[in-house]
Amino acid sequence: MSFIPKPKVAHPSLPKNELGLTRRDYEGVMSTLCAGCGHDSVTAAIIEAVWGLSIRPEQVVKLSGIGCSSKTTAYFVSGGHGFNSVHGRMPSIATGAIAANKDLYYIGVSGDGDTLSIGFGQFAHAIRRNINMLYIIENNGVYGLTKGQFSASADIGSKTKRGEENLQPPIDPVVAGLTLGAGFVARSFSGDKQQLVPLIQAGLKYKGFALIDVLSPCVTFNDHEGSTKSYRFVREHYDEVVHADFVPPAQEITIQYSPGEAIPVTMHDGSRIVLRKLDERYDPTRRGKAYNYLRDRLAKGEYVTGLIYIDEKGRDFHEVNGTTDTPINQLPYEVLTPGAAALEQIMSRYR
Amino acid sequence: MEPTDTKNPNYYHRVVDCQWACPAHTDVPEYIRLIALGEFTEAYLVNRESNVFPGILGRVCDRPCEPACRRGRVEAEPVAICRLKRVAADHREDIRARLPRAPKKKNGKRIACIGAGPASLTVANDLLPLGYEITMFEKWHAPGGLMRTNIPSFRLPARVLDEEIGYILDMGVDLRLGTEVKSLKQLLASGEFDAVFVGSGAPKGKDLDLPGRRASLHVMEHIHIGIEWLESVAFGHTRAIGKRVLIIGVGNTAMDCCRTSLRLGATDVKVMARKPRGFFKASDWELKDAEEESVEIVVNHSPKAFVVENERLVGMTFDKMEYDIDAQGRIVGERVVGEAFLPCDDVILAIGQENAFPWIEDDIGIEFDRWHVPKIDKVTLQSTLPNVFFGGDAAFGPKNIIWAVEHGHQAAISIHKYCQGLPVSERLPPTLKLSSRKMGLHEWAYKNEYNPIERRLMPHVDLKERFKKVDIEVELGFTPEQTAAEVQRCLNCDIQTVFDANLCIECDACVDICPVDCLTITANGPEDELRTRLKAPAMNAAQPLFVSVPLKQTGRVMVKDENLCVHCGLCAERCPTAAWDMQKSKIKIPYAIDETHPSCFSPQTRKSA
Repeated sequence: MSFIPKPKVAHPSLPKNELGLTRRDYEGVMSTLCAGCGHDSVTAAIIEAVWGLSIRPEQVVKLSGIGCSSKTTAYFVSGGHGFNSVHGRMPSIATGAIAANKDLYYIGVSGDGDTLSIGFGQFAHAIRRNINMLYIIENNGVYGLTKGQFSASADIGSKTKRGEENLQPPIDPVVAGLTLGAGFVARSFSGDKQQLVPLIQAGLKYKGFALIDVLSPCVTFNDHEGSTKSYRFVREHYDEVVHADFVPPAQEITIQYSPGEAIPVTMHDGSRIVLRKLDERYDPTRRGKAYNYLRDRLAKGEYVTGLIYIDEKGRDFHEVNGTTDTPINQLPYEVLTPGAAALEQIMSRYR
Repeated sequence: MEPTDTKNPNYYHRVVDCQWACPAHTDVPEYIRLIALGEFTEAYLVNRESNVFPGILGRVCDRPCEPACRRGRVEAEPVAICRLKRVAADHREDIRARLPRAPKKKNGKRIACIGAGPASLTVANDLLPLGYEITMFEKWHAPGGLMRTNIPSFRLPARVLDEEIGYILDMGVDLRLGTEVKSLKQLLASGEFDAVFVGSGAPKGKDLDLPGRRASLHVMEHIHIGIEWLESVAFGHTRAIGKRVLIIGVGNTAMDCCRTSLRLGATDVKVMARKPRGFFKASDWELKDAEEESVEIVVNHSPKAFVVENERLVGMTFDKMEYDIDAQGRIVGERVVGEAFLPCDDVILAIGQENAFPWIEDDIGIEFDRWHVPKIDKVTLQSTLPNVFFGGDAAFGPKNIIWAVEHGHQAAISIHKYCQGLPVSERLPPTLKLSSRKMGLHEWAYKNEYNPIERRLMPHVDLKERFKKVDIEVELGFTPEQTAAEVQRCLNCDIQTVFDANLCIECDACVDICPVDCLTITANGPEDELRTRLKAPAMNAAQPLFVSVPLKQTGRVMVKDENLCVHCGLCAERCPTAAWDMQKSKIKIPYAIDETHPSCFSPQTRKSA
């Protein structure tokens, strides 16, 4: 970790977004993670993405549970709202907050422990309810905060720093997300911001539950020979199948794609994701095919990355539950609390 | 791009902008750190090694370091380097015991220095400890050259001059004051000297031959050549001037003339500039100081004639000018749009100065070019007559004190080699040493915190007070509080970010944390194209890019734009593998003493030197 806060000085010609803010305006407090932690790079990618979308800092809600990953919400967008919840219970808090206010951008940051062990049930139901949030898993295969035990995402044959081999099969969050019915499933790598930043932007604009599993090496406990989640291993077993470019609503698509290669997907607010297939056999709009492809590659020890599956037609939590369009904190008191007479009316329906 | 060759001492030297810009390569960050520690004497000695006259230069240096200072690019104002130098000089203890001494036993070589200005004094400073005997000829009755005659004492007090010149003279210079060398041929023919150094300056002020210039005795008495007039004030011959004074020209000499006029009784002083602001030769701070004293700077007035009535100078006429300036800020067209008359009692011409060598005969083997400037080797400062060397303004025309000092150092090396019969062009190269500043897990042996405070302003003597006498020093020097604040503005550019590509795991930690976005890991490419792909625009092509060898995991390269690095050390702090380290660079500039041939001197002599 570092004891020196990042000085306030900035590059004088740093670009500004539509709000006149620079990347530096989206930073948070000093990171106390280990030097070289992948999570700090994910933080930088989130800052870049939110800045790039010209989202006002106070429109951002940052949610997390417990773990190294869950500390990181303090390191970006200091001007946003934040809730650091009980271990594995972030999805519940998120569900409540989202139900109360649909106008905000919800970023949940969790880890492989917080999501795939103690919070696995919460994770599954957040997907089932299709709550409108971006759910980032900072996945490093170990419990870093308790000094490097295997987590539920550790691969068979992966070794701890002391040499013990993991014998239990992993839970793959992307496979889990696909089978549970998530409409936006992606995997990326903390060391590849060119891929990660547009994915985060697409996930923020996606209407519904957007899952990004980010391989984010633990530089202290899981970056050695024998690890399957080290910087080196991930780079050597990296298979980007679909690259997603995010294009804001008013902007023209300027990148040249070869014919048949690019699939534009229009989001509910008019922005588009242009999917570029890097493997032509792959189809990111077919859940079954995506699943098969993924299982196949996982068996070969390869990390399939990119926007693995997208379906923009699903009904999200707000649509299914008819949540309020006006955020609860802006509803007049009489509407929010209709009083004893209204309660009596409701109760009478059940008598 | 090819990987950057950091073994070349110039790479890291260039990163230290101030030191690179200084002709004498003074180790600025090092002495600022010493001042921060309160080690004024040490700071003074670090200065003196390269620039010889820290107290003098701390007041009147042309400060090429300050426009170069990185702080000026990161924010608006550079570190007040020059003022801090003066702090070291003002608060030093008695340093005489720590100065080099001339050995009792001489090496048998005799050198003549013509002129006792900064160049000659530096030659003496470098050669005396090696056992040379130096004879210095000076036409005035006090040493110092232009530093004494042309810089008014309200900017540079005589006691400061006397003290620092004294350090050199006390080593045993045979100083012959009031002795003008009238013939170089004779001097050489005397056979007294093994080599001659010409440091006689550029003593001829330019005249302006306009109608009326020589209309009468009265007119001629009231039109002065700037540097001659300043000389005459410096030696007390001129003690008054008329109420209304026009200064022609807008260089630093003009600034000294206008401010001196105010102290000799003038009340209405105008500096007449032919061109608009931005084309002035005077340093910004000298302009500012003059304007603070209510000197009016009149732009776009080109001198046309001296106006004489009844044989008396009554004023001058000027063409009013208009200029076309292109997008690059260059003048591309000019025209006269009118005429103006300005009344005055005196005119001072400060439009430049020239070399003049009426005392160097044409037939002794020194070649001159068609402007009668001697042909001098740019590095060795040797003339076409092998035993005659030039330096200071005498070598390449008017420059400044710090250039004169640097010429002195280089000429001393040349003279030393020449006297040993060694080729003068074979010189030791500068070298660079790096040493890590890492102390513990999160401790660095330098203060790396970025302090956002603004540049401190120099306190001045009250406007009413300062005109009472001609030699009241206007600048008071920084207070302790100002010094303590200003030193924190230095970015420690000599604490280099040193990268070892073999250790890098490409985790992006350094790229993410860099507060000024100067790092990028990306595919290599040609420089112009690479500059467009960096994390923040790298538009200052004058500042080099660092490009590593290909990184082990992806074959990409680490690119650093040195332009705005604030040397905070966070890249090294956040690097999990210590691929980045903060290392202090120490640049060793060779002087004459480093060129010493061991067989030249007896062991005893070297010890005492």
